[in-house]
Amino acid sequence: MYNKATIVPGLIIFVLLVTFPLWFNAFSTASTVPKPELPPGGEKECVASAEEMRSSHMVLLNEWRDDVLRNGDRVAVTVAGKEYRKGLQMACMACHSNKEKFCDPCHEYTAVDPYCWDCHLTPTLAATKKETH
Amino acid sequence: MDTQRRKFLKMAGVAALAGISAPAVVSLTPGVTRAAAGHGAAAPAAEQAAQGIRLGLLVDMRKLYGQPELMNKAINACHRVHNVPQIDNPKEEIKWLWKMPYENVFPENSSYHAAKNTRESDYLVLCNHCDEPPCVRVCPTKATFVLEKNGIVAMDYHRCIGCRFCMMGCPYGARSFNWMDPRPYIKEFNPEFASRMRGVVEKCNFCSERLALGLEPACVEAVKEVGAIVFGDLNDPHSEIRQILDREHTIQRKPSLGTKPSVFYIV
Repeated sequence: MYNKATIVPGLIIFVLLVTFPLWFNAFSTASTVPKPELPPGGEKECVASAEEMRSSHMVLLNEWRDDVLRNGDRVAVTVAGKEYRKGLQMACMACHSNKEKFCDPCHEYTAVDPYCWDCHLTPTLAATKKETH
Repeated sequence: MDTQRRKFLKMAGVAALAGISAPAVVSLTPGVTRAAAGHGAAAPAAEQAAQGIRLGLLVDMRKLYGQPELMNKAINACHRVHNVPQIDNPKEEIKWLWKMPYENVFPENSSYHAAKNTRESDYLVLCNHCDEPPCVRVCPTKATFVLEKNGIVAMDYHRCIGCRFCMMGCPYGARSFNWMDPRPYIKEFNPEFASRMRGVVEKCNFCSERLALGLEPACVEAVKEVGAIVFGDLNDPHSEIRQILDREHTIQRKPSLGTKPSVFYIV
């Protein structure tokens, strides 16, 4: 082979460059699948299965919102004997009390920016000015 | 030829007459009388609506005269449970329940040579949860609406775009606009209720969230010791509020506007 001295290193460099995304990901932590924190209280049951909640919790929250505000239906949801009051702050955050470790990791990973927290209070924020009465 | 022309003119004349008189004939047909019956049915429909629940509130000012601290107690209770910010600048303040002098609360009622109480005392005011709410009529996004279930004029803050038409529409000034992020001005957070964000309008919700838990509105509970505020179903003849309305002379704010407020006053 002619010019073996330049072609072989050239090929090696080329292959390294083409496969850059693969081996970069293998060593980087930027794209590791997030692991949201399970409820600190140890609750295992939610209003629906984990798969369902993972894929469509936002739909459920919208349905609850419409029930509560527009239809005036604030009747608590009972799942497996446990009552859940319809509401992000009242139902979800009661168990998943750490928004920063439960909600945020996946939302950041998937680059969604839900506006829930513009109005709704995170447990952390609510604790900063606690009711004293 | 001549006879044909005459025939043609006759036909044309008859056709024109039929065309002109057609609307009059149509208006006498049964289809239109049905529409007229629909108009007539409007009045019974209004009576039917009176059979549902219509929540209302009565402020017995006789029990609050000379006791501004009681009124403040009610205001603070309301503002605390609903995460209402305390902003002192009157141009930016947020208020669900507040105090105003008599001439502002009841501008249609004479205050000439008024009694000492009338002159000196403030009056508790809040959203009137009108039966004919102008704010609902003007809202372009249906962010504010009447809950069919109980007559509460409710708000869906998720839908409010902050156009402030409702504030123009409301003759009672019951709506406040969040000119800035309210959170720094909230003294204590109630973790059970949300706050609002910059750019939305807010107002009293008759404590819908507390009613769902079987509680009374926060203001009613706060002045329970004197029973100055009574809350209940205006359409239920056996409710406490109806008993008082039937017994006592009560007044409403600006009744001539036809908004049919659900808040009553004994002054």
